[in-house]
Amino acid sequence: MTTRWFGAPVQRVEDDRLLRGKGRFTDDIGGALECCFVRSPYAHARVQSIDVSAAREMPGVVAVYTAADLPFGAIDLPLLIPHPNLTHGRTQRCLASEVVRYAGEAVAFVIAETRYLAEDAAELVQVEYEALPVVITPEAAALAEHLVHQDVPGNVAAEMQQVVGDVDAALANAPRRKHLRLRFERGAASPMEARAVWASWSSEERKLTVYDSTQSPTSIRGGLAVLFGLPESSVEVIAPDVGGGFGPKIMLFYPDELLVPFAAMQLGRPVKWTEDRQEHFTAVNQERGQVHEVDVGFDAEGRVLALSDDFIHDGGAYTPYGIILPIITAAQIPGPYRLPSYRVRFRDLYTNATPTSPYRGAGRPHACFVMERTLDAIASDLNLDRIEVRRRNMIRANDFPYDVGVAWQDGNTVVYDSGNYPELLDRALALLGPKPAGDNVGMGIAVYVEGTGVGPYEGAHVQVLVSGKVIAATGIPSQGQAHATVWAQVVADELGVDVEDVEITSGDTRRFPWGVGTFASRGAVTAGNAMHVAARMVAGKAKAIAADHLEANPDDLELAGGRVFVKGSPDKGMPLGAVAVLSNPVRYAFGGGTEAATQFTGRSRPGPPLHDGEQPGLEATGYYSPPGSTWASGCHAAYVRVDAKTFRLEILKYVVVHDCGRVINPLVLQGQIEGGVAQGIGGAFYERLAYDEDGQLRNGSFMEFLMPYATEIPAIEIDHIETPSPLNPLGVKGAGEAGVIPVGAVLASAIEDAMHVPITEMPLSPLKLYELSMLKT
Amino acid sequence: MNVNGVEHPAPIDPRRLLADHLRHDLGLTGTHVGCEHGVCGCCTVLLDGEPVRSCLMLGVQAEGHEITTIEGLARDGEPLHPVQQAFHECHGLQCGFCTPGFVMSVVGLLARHPQPTAQQIEEGIAGNLCRCTGYASIRRAVSRAVELRAK
Repeated sequence: MTTRWFGAPVQRVEDDRLLRGKGRFTDDIGGALECCFVRSPYAHARVQSIDVSAAREMPGVVAVYTAADLPFGAIDLPLLIPHPNLTHGRTQRCLASEVVRYAGEAVAFVIAETRYLAEDAAELVQVEYEALPVVITPEAAALAEHLVHQDVPGNVAAEMQQVVGDVDAALANAPRRKHLRLRFERGAASPMEARAVWASWSSEERKLTVYDSTQSPTSIRGGLAVLFGLPESSVEVIAPDVGGGFGPKIMLFYPDELLVPFAAMQLGRPVKWTEDRQEHFTAVNQERGQVHEVDVGFDAEGRVLALSDDFIHDGGAYTPYGIILPIITAAQIPGPYRLPSYRVRFRDLYTNATPTSPYRGAGRPHACFVMERTLDAIASDLNLDRIEVRRRNMIRANDFPYDVGVAWQDGNTVVYDSGNYPELLDRALALLGPKPAGDNVGMGIAVYVEGTGVGPYEGAHVQVLVSGKVIAATGIPSQGQAHATVWAQVVADELGVDVEDVEITSGDTRRFPWGVGTFASRGAVTAGNAMHVAARMVAGKAKAIAADHLEANPDDLELAGGRVFVKGSPDKGMPLGAVAVLSNPVRYAFGGGTEAATQFTGRSRPGPPLHDGEQPGLEATGYYSPPGSTWASGCHAAYVRVDAKTFRLEILKYVVVHDCGRVINPLVLQGQIEGGVAQGIGGAFYERLAYDEDGQLRNGSFMEFLMPYATEIPAIEIDHIETPSPLNPLGVKGAGEAGVIPVGAVLASAIEDAMHVPITEMPLSPLKLYELSMLKT
Repeated sequence: MNVNGVEHPAPIDPRRLLADHLRHDLGLTGTHVGCEHGVCGCCTVLLDGEPVRSCLMLGVQAEGHEITTIEGLARDGEPLHPVQQAFHECHGLQCGFCTPGFVMSVVGLLARHPQPTAQQIEEGIAGNLCRCTGYASIRRAVSRAVELRAK
């Protein structure tokens, strides 16, 4: 295989239209009625009455729906990922009619000629509530003085324990022991584009067309087909340009994803709902709330002998996404370190807040924080160097594959396929360099692993047109990850064409109806390899057809420069477009050189034009289904200064050494890492969802939820190592979440080093650091 | 109001936001709405050459003014504006949602400071939020735009 495009810093093919303002985001699509939700202002309340009469009578209002108006109003929304340990899974209904369990839960849905009128009408909807006691923190949920769901004892949705080795004995016999309590508060992904759905129904064609800012159009299609009793071929779901996802857009179904198509079918007119930023803060899933109780036993050299972690996870009011988040945390706590014995137990608890589901990192930042904080605590206890403690516990480069022995999110156990963690550490330290002079300067470091590329599968369709251009499609959409560029690189290499001659469509079920979604750093691994598989099939087909025509052996042919030719004899060959013509025997020449494939032109082989098993068209559909996750890894290190008076955090230097196997496009990878670190810095020091005891989000705007601007994000220095994955043909691993995962652990370590106060929680703030400094004095 | 060189009547509805007017009445959907409270900068357009938040203005307030949106920088078929070109070369965009606002802010910045210092670049982009890039590539793009404009 030629490797001309794979690995090259190809500039993105998607940029031009986005830079010209010609992108197509869901809200850019017009010609539709517009909508507004009536949402509960209470975090927990009984709905006593809903009066929509005044709203319905308002001029310009087309429809107002409550649960009573919906044929599916009494059906619980799908529980996406059932699990045997999720004994008390609960999902919400499209519109609440009896009890609301978080502020922001949808109660009524107003449709009007314009959004302005819909918002006016929403204010006319009268809902009477009887307030109920609120459970807002995971600690309060564990105490269970009040219940979020009356039929869920102790607020426990799920409980799961996994044990490797004899932890109790190892802890009892360990020369040294430490206990740590580590706490994470809720954060929000906050993509710049909030969510939006546009739908239209053609009664003539019986076809439902939906544009959705989702990370999984194929799953939305499947769900709508089931709900409305349509064959899947009658439902088209397109994720057009999506303005960032970062996890919450993999959640389905948000109520609007059913209500907007339903209304379009009912009303016979296109309907669009566009979320505003205020409702995004409470209507869209959140993450990160966990509290860990860690016990570690270790020897005098700092080697961990036993680790036990008992943690609670803030699930929010419902568990539509199952218990994937705490499962990931539990699986990823050991990270790049050997744990001779390990026990992890979690309880996923209901609270009266927005449900939780993956946000970039998805339970991994917590896991990294737990392990790295623990190692720093061991170093501190023994007065050992933090780096040395990490080295002594680290999995070595010749230990792969390495079986951690705990459950992974795909149903397999965690087995690291490849990596070189000591090399990451060495390179990060080299890149970091000497500590800057000055007071209140600290160094932080963290090493992490990341399970990427989970199944079940993705697929791709690749076709060479008679023009010689190549089109390719896959089911999973892009939210900015440059799919159209990197997959063009993969396909171009296999077919020997220019990357600019490959046009990728992703996330459009009209072009590719099967697949799972874009999440969990899986796109490059799953869809990337599917592109590779499909393109290779097309190359094989091209060789077979050309071989017949050229009277050559297919094995003697190669593809390059847009041609198929005999190796070493470039003149003895033909353009790929001509092969595409020959691939489709025609009766009628319709242009594009197709006269070459008509019935009176010379055919080089006997028998029918298509032999048994042959299919017309120079195209193929291929799939890639991973045997298990492939494990990326990395090391981040930083120097920070904490201002002694204002407690402002200054990041003096931040370095990243990253290993995601073979790199398809270093330019795109750099962007993924830089963006991830910035999001990690935001999550560690600026962004915190501040709920009060009544379950009201007190900072639900960008005025108060402090997403970092450029002024808060330092330059980041990046180095790479490549340990190719042995699990997939391209040798790639995922990279999307890597930047975020260790940032909290790095900054905690650095701030602790700078201020000499224990850092046991995330996110931090200048106020928090001030309080810690006062405790010290 | 004059939008990208073309005269348009002001919106009839007095409460129509300029951003909504541009997007939904004039079809200029390149101007994006990210927060509707003036923090994110996705909706930035030039009002008489100065970057403003079109979500914090009513359409009627733009009457008699010249508006430039992202669509007005380079016409169809023309090469990209140097700032757009620089964002492309430096991978200064990922999802592209904040991008029109950033580009318009940078066009405004370079009109005020054709040779901006690092500090001026930092301040020039510090009113726009990006969730994808981590800003590093946007800083590089601004420096590259200065080079491209000089050519």
